[in-house]
Amino acid sequence: MKLIKINGVTGIAEIGGLQREIGLLLVDNANVGDYVIVHAGYAIQKLDEKEAFKTIALLESYHEMPQDTKSTKK
Amino acid sequence: MKYIDEFRNGTIAISLSDKIAELVKGFRKITIMEVCGSHTMSVYRYGLKRLLPPNIRLLSGPGCPVCVTPVSFIDTAITILHKFANEIIITTFGDLFRAPGSSSSLEKEKAKGASVVVVYSTRDAMKIAEKNTDKKVIFLGIGFETTTPTIAASVLEAERSNLNNYFVLTSHKTMPHVMEALLRDKELNLDGFLCPAHVSTIIGSRPYEFIAQDFHIPCVIAGFEPLDILQGIYMLLEQIVKKEAGVKIQYSRVAKCNGNPTALAILDKVFEPCDVEWRGLGLIPKSGLKLRNRYARFDASKVFRILDFGFRIDSGIQNPHSASNGCICGDILRGVKTPSDCKLFKGACNPEHPVGACMVSGEGTCAAYYKYGETEP
Ligand code: SF4
Repeated sequence: MKLIKINGVTGIAEIGGLQREIGLLLVDNANVGDYVIVHAGYAIQKLDEKEAFKTIALLESYHEMPQDTKSTKK
Repeated sequence: MKYIDEFRNGTIAISLSDKIAELVKGFRKITIMEVCGSHTMSVYRYGLKRLLPPNIRLLSGPGCPVCVTPVSFIDTAITILHKFANEIIITTFGDLFRAPGSSSSLEKEKAKGASVVVVYSTRDAMKIAEKNTDKKVIFLGIGFETTTPTIAASVLEAERSNLNNYFVLTSHKTMPHVMEALLRDKELNLDGFLCPAHVSTIIGSRPYEFIAQDFHIPCVIAGFEPLDILQGIYMLLEQIVKKEAGVKIQYSRVAKCNGNPTALAILDKVFEPCDVEWRGLGLIPKSGLKLRNRYARFDASKVFRILDFGFRIDSGIQNPHSASNGCICGDILRGVKTPSDCKLFKGACNPEHPVGACMVSGEGTCAAYYKYGETEP
């Protein structure tokens, strides 16, 4: 969920147009605009966007190369 | 939705499935346990077993909080309800609400008029306490290291705001300990663990190191989306094929080596390790978390003086692997049986009339089998 408002130890997070008040006590330095993982009413971690891009790029690379790697391997 | 849709791409899933098949072609049978109930749900929801070659077997583990909560915990909550009927409101997560105790459930008690309210979080329970100052509000805390910090945070918030009518009755459990207990169980031959996403978000990867080192079983922390799970399985298979065992993180966008230190500090401030009873698995030393003495005034088990009931009078304790009503949840939680082995499955036991906890919870293996109709390959 994306953090759209911070009010001390609580905040408002949004996903797909749905907004929810969440507790922020369990994460450090949360900023408006951060993506947070929410569990049972609390943000439990911030999403690391750099790492997300790395994983997505790796996943996409599986799709781009499969057939040729198979045929060159023999 | 950003950071979700990317991990549900069907074409990449097929490529990944081909890559997996290629990697283990001609290899012996491999058994992988997905420890967490949310993984189990994704595996069934997206039909991931069908994307795996026949020599790979996925087993569901004990990571469904309601499924492992002992009958005696529910019985204790109901005893408090009976004894302090006019003074209290019990608040609980939705799936625990329906879970059967030995002779009743919180849902049945509510139908008879008891004050039981289903909430989404401890924050909702605290709001109920703020609004009902003439009542004592008890939150039933169950779950693993993901949920426990949220209960700890609520206790700290209640302390700070002098919310004196808020209490918690808890049966919290820790994941690495039950994984160790499973590995010591000789009936189960495992080749790898798909470790939970959100428990690991809190505890990090280090608490699993002993599994790789002492038991030589590889572990991969994977996210909940279908591509996360397939990639996690691929990362496990790479290790299994090379006979290596380490702890790797597929879910690197959220789970880090050292977890979430802020949440861990709050958890440690409020809770301490204890022995705890698991439904179907019996007593596992140091596998639970209880409130520290400093927070005893929030501890419903002390405030309402029900210590004598304990959480150990579970009928399953002498023979933790079987229950008198024919439910084999215990064996299913240990990964040695599947729902199709249970005589009650789909007959006497179904989501409308659950006999065991594995059918109640959305994360339970029996509920997943029922809903998505999968049978073992
Ligand atoms: S089908 Fe019902 S009775 Fe059988 S093991 Fe599952 S929960 Fe227990």
